[in-house]
Amino acid sequence: MSILVDESTRVVVQGITGREGAFHTKQMLDYGTVVAAGVTPGKGDREVDGVPVFNTVKQAVEAQGVNVSCIFVPPPFAADAIIDSAAAGLDLIVCITEGIPVLDMVKVAGFLKNKKSVLIGPNCPGIISPGKTKVGIMPGPIHKPGTMAVISRSGTLTYEVVDQLTETGLGQSTCIGIGGDPIIGSTFIDHLKRFKEDPETEGVVLIGEIGGTAEEEAADYIREEFNKPVIAFIAGQAAPPGRRMGHAGAIISGGQGKAEDKIKALLAAGITVALNLGDLGATVQEVMEKS
Amino acid sequence: MKLHEYQAKDIFGKSGIPIPNGQVVTAVDQVNRATQIISGPPWVVKAQVHAGGRGKGGGVKVVHYPYEVVTATESLLGKHLVTPQTGPEGVIVNQVLIEEGVEISHEYYLSMVVDRTTACPTMIFSQAGGMEIEEVAASSSELILKEHIDPAVGWMMHNARNLLYSQVPPPPFGALRALMSVMANVYKIFMTLDCTLLEINPLVLTKDLKVFALDAKVTIDDNALFRQKELLLLDDPREKDPLELMAEKYHLNYIRLDGNIGAMVNGAGLAMATMDVIKMAGAEPANFLDVGGGASEDMITKGVEIILKDRRVKAILINIFGGILRCDILAKGVVAAAKKNRIRVPLIVRLEGTNVKEGREILKNSELEFLVAKDLGEAASLVSKQVSS
Repeated sequence: MSILVDESTRVVVQGITGREGAFHTKQMLDYGTVVAAGVTPGKGDREVDGVPVFNTVKQAVEAQGVNVSCIFVPPPFAADAIIDSAAAGLDLIVCITEGIPVLDMVKVAGFLKNKKSVLIGPNCPGIISPGKTKVGIMPGPIHKPGTMAVISRSGTLTYEVVDQLTETGLGQSTCIGIGGDPIIGSTFIDHLKRFKEDPETEGVVLIGEIGGTAEEEAADYIREEFNKPVIAFIAGQAAPPGRRMGHAGAIISGGQGKAEDKIKALLAAGITVALNLGDLGATVQEVMEKS
Repeated sequence: MKLHEYQAKDIFGKSGIPIPNGQVVTAVDQVNRATQIISGPPWVVKAQVHAGGRGKGGGVKVVHYPYEVVTATESLLGKHLVTPQTGPEGVIVNQVLIEEGVEISHEYYLSMVVDRTTACPTMIFSQAGGMEIEEVAASSSELILKEHIDPAVGWMMHNARNLLYSQVPPPPFGALRALMSVMANVYKIFMTLDCTLLEINPLVLTKDLKVFALDAKVTIDDNALFRQKELLLLDDPREKDPLELMAEKYHLNYIRLDGNIGAMVNGAGLAMATMDVIKMAGAEPANFLDVGGGASEDMITKGVEIILKDRRVKAILINIFGGILRCDILAKGVVAAAKKNRIRVPLIVRLEGTNVKEGREILKNSELEFLVAKDLGEAASLVSKQVSS
């Protein structure tokens, strides 16, 4: 098993005719993902790599029975694209777009409150269940079907971790990049709850970074309710306060969001924290052998 | 993007938030005219820099004679101002705001941010405003009140009542209307100008129950600047590091730090983690540099050049996990940079991911001297060798 996406997932790519959208559609198809439709308003008369393009998400749902969207729409239009997918009733919306205004995400979060759609991202690499399907931009070949779940606020850092997990032979059940923005659709806790119920997932690697309090909240949840081993890594121990470290969400401000506070909270919840990224794979192996 | 105090106050004034009368001067010979227009004594002379903590750093002076306005301005303009937030070298003061003094009977703190957990615009209000607000927040957080605003409904009068009547004791009855009006305007400005932070500290009450915003701190969401074009005119590039400005031009995410190991990485998270690895190896990173997911050969070349321009750099670590950015593109960019510039420091390269073989080939066949690290652990030990040697 895996969570949220598997072989039965039928993807619609929003922004499929753009440079990024077209490139990653091809990559997803090569990985074996069922990309059943694309959407670009005004271009609903063509195909991209054999995938039919529609003008609206609603049309894509009606014609192709898609249930998951992957968004490559430019930032000014991305909030509209997310709400479009949610209104069309999709199960899962993966928003890759980086640079969406915060107040647009405030609107999106408000709209999603009573909807069934789960949003991953924005500003994220997406989600992959290795060997089954990938919805996003991560390099497929570094993954290997296995038992470790990965939840991360970062992109390339996740690839680094996944690569180490593949090296150890443990592999991955499902990997999710939840995104580097201040407001994101789903959190560490949302996905931990799903991994708790997934029999194939034996442990979770949680990759956080400076900014906000998501890691502290996850630590509380894990201590109270989570019953599988968790290994964590926090990026940004050397980051100075007040500077935005690339990701809009990665900033230490008002005394909040420091790496040391997050590490302290995780350790206090009994979570193993790898301080050095180079040691993460070995640390995971050690913890999983003991359990 | 940060606004200067005088720019933010200009917006406040036009939006109905009361501010003291003031004039910005950029040269000392403008001071006498300003002093004639602005009523006083006393006058307040304030350095206009983006960094916070100006009061503690001597950037705000209260004076009582016109000649003192001149000397206070002289002591700030063109000088380096060091505050708790600037670092030891400080920042240059290019502009000074001269304001009428206001008789303060109480200092409040008022700000607005977007709360990450609830995804709501959130107003923060406290009776304990002034320079010590951060200490208050740390030691007596019950004095800091928060009100989440439902974005679907917008600002409601009860939001203001919740904040004002929860204070013990509540502000004087005669001041409530003025405070409520400031709060409503803060929300309006925050939402229309795509702010990520709007802070008034202190928001003061005078003896005759008038309310004034004595300071103003506004940060605009960089991601929303495409629809806030008129605010772009308020950008002050002099406040930025020259290397950071150069990086911005080439769409590179570069932040200058205090160490001596230059780093070039793809992806913000991996870049932060690489900085951490450098630090743990016993060295200090000279910069954060994320070349991004889809960097071109030219961007890589520019990235290397920017790192080399920093004379403190003693070694460079390139850590790339190729995803969308292919390792061969990276290698070509590095080789091109080496052709144009003499690379005067040891270069440590760690490549992994898409087209890694091609990338390693290109580097090997170039005349470039470099050390190869097969993984992060090895990269770290190579870095520490460079520092200790």
